[in-house]
Amino acid sequence: MASELLVIDGLSKTFSAPAGDVIALSNIRLQVRKGEFITIIGPSGCGKSTLLKIVAGLDTRYTGTVLLNGKPIEGPSIEKGFIFQEPRLFPWLTVEKNIAANLSLKNPQVRQRVNELIELVRLQGFEKSYPRELSGGMAQRVSIARALLRNPDVLLLDEPFGALDAFTRTHMQEVLLDIWQRNGTTMLFVTHDLDEAVFLGERVVIMNPRPGHIRSVLPVDLPFPRKRSGTAFQEMRRLVLNEFEKVEEPLYDVGGGI
Amino acid sequence: MNKQLAGRTSERPGAALSRIPAALHGWIVPVAILLIWQLAAALHLVSATLLPAPSQIIGQAFRLLGNGELLQHMGISLYRAGVGFALGSAAGLLLGLSTGLGKLAERTLDPSLQMLRMIPMLSLVPLFILWFGVGEFSKILMISLGAFFPVYVNTFLGIRGVELKLLEVTGIYQFTRWQLLSRVIIPSALPNILLGLRLSLGTAWLVLVVAEMMGASAGVGYMIQDARAYSQTDIVFVGISIFAIVGKLSDSAVRLLEKRWLRWRDTYKG
Repeated sequence: MASELLVIDGLSKTFSAPAGDVIALSNIRLQVRKGEFITIIGPSGCGKSTLLKIVAGLDTRYTGTVLLNGKPIEGPSIEKGFIFQEPRLFPWLTVEKNIAANLSLKNPQVRQRVNELIELVRLQGFEKSYPRELSGGMAQRVSIARALLRNPDVLLLDEPFGALDAFTRTHMQEVLLDIWQRNGTTMLFVTHDLDEAVFLGERVVIMNPRPGHIRSVLPVDLPFPRKRSGTAFQEMRRLVLNEFEKVEEPLYDVGGGI
Repeated sequence: MNKQLAGRTSERPGAALSRIPAALHGWIVPVAILLIWQLAAALHLVSATLLPAPSQIIGQAFRLLGNGELLQHMGISLYRAGVGFALGSAAGLLLGLSTGLGKLAERTLDPSLQMLRMIPMLSLVPLFILWFGVGEFSKILMISLGAFFPVYVNTFLGIRGVELKLLEVTGIYQFTRWQLLSRVIIPSALPNILLGLRLSLGTAWLVLVVAEMMGASAGVGYMIQDARAYSQTDIVFVGISIFAIVGKLSDSAVRLLEKRWLRWRDTYKG
C-alpha cells in the first residue's frame, strides 16, 4: 500500500438536474502507483472526465475516498497538474511566460526550469511567440510544459490530443511518452481513442456509462516504444475492444439516446 | 485564412491610389476638400464672412499663434480636459473594476450608476452652475463626469468577458487574487478598457466645449464663442480646427497604446 500514490475507493458522484438526479460515478475503485501511466477509456457520458476533475480537486462534491499521498483531496493544488482538451493558454503572454504563468521568470530557478521544459517539449525558438502563432500541437505542448513546471506528483490529462489531427496526435503521444520516461511523472490519461489508450497505458481502465463505473482494468504488458502494427499490439487492442462491445450492448437494449 | 484575406484586400485599391504612399492615404480627402474650398472662395462662390477661405483661416491661426493668444487658450483648455479626463477615467476604471469583480458592488452600485448614465449630461449644466458657479471646479467636474461612463461601462464589460476556461486554469495553478487581477483579468479586459478610454476622450472634448461656452474667460471654447459675437468666422474655424487636431492626436495616442499592448490579439486587421 505504501507505494500507492493515488487511492480511490467507493467514489460516487451524483449530479442534481431538474429532470432528476443523474449518477455520474458509482462506486469507483482504483489504485495508482507512483510513476504509473494509466489510460482511462470509455464512451461519452461514462464519467471519465468527472473522475479526472475530482482527482484534480476541481469538483469536491462526491462521496467516497480519494487519497493522494495518503491525504484526502480538498481542492486544486500544485501536486496535480491538469491538461485540458484545449491548451487554454493566456493569449496575451508569450510561450515562456505562459509556462511560468504565475511564477516569475526573473527568478533564476524558474528561468532555468522553463528553459529545460521548452527543450523537453521541443519548442526551442518559440519562447517569445504568442499563442496565436502556434499550431494546435505546439500550444498543447506549452500547456504540458506549464503543468510540468510545478513538478506535479500526478499529471491529469483530459483528452489532451482529441482536437489534433492524426499525425500530430501520434507525434504528441511520443512526446508525452518521452516526458514520462524522462521525468517519471505519474500519468492519468483520459481518452476515447482505443489506439491511444493501448499505445500509452501500462494499464487501461475501461469505463461503462449509466451509471459511470469501471468495467475492467487491463494491464498492457508490452514494452515501450510500442509498435502499432505489431501483432501483440493488435491483440491487445482487440482485447480492449472486446470489453467495449460488452459495454455497448446493454445500451442498445435500453434504447439509450446516444 | 488570414493571409488570404490580407492578400485580397491589398490588391483592391485602384492603381492611382497605390502610387501614393499608404501613410498619406488618410490625407487625400481633407486635402481635396481644402483645395475645392479654397477655389470656391477665390472665385467668390461663397460669402467670406460665412465661410472664409482656408488661406485666411491659416493666416488667422498664425496671427493668434504669434501673439500667444492661441497658446494661452489651448493651454487652459488642455488643462481642463486633461484633468477632467484623468479624474473621470480613473474613477471609471476603479468603479468598473469593483462592480466587475464583485457581485456585491455590482448589486449595490451598478443600478444607480446606470440610471445616472442615462441622464443627458447637458441637462446638468444649470444645476452645476447653481451649485458650483462657473469656475474651474464645475467645469472639471462636468468633464470628469462625461469621461467617467465610457470607461466605467467598458471596464465592466471587459471584466465580465474574461473566459471561464482561463479562470479554471488559474484555479489549478493557484493564482493569488493579485496575480489573477494583474495577469489575467486586466490583460483580458484591456481591449475594452482602451476602447472606453478612446470614447471617453471624445466625451471629454464635447463637455469641454459646452463648459467653456456656458461661461469662461479663457479657453478655445471661449475663443470661439467670443469670435462669434464679433462675426470673426475665421477665428471660429481656427478653434474648431484646434479641437479636430488635438482630438485626433489624443485618439492616436490611445491607438498607439492599443497597438503596443494588444499585439497578442489574433483578429482581422483589414
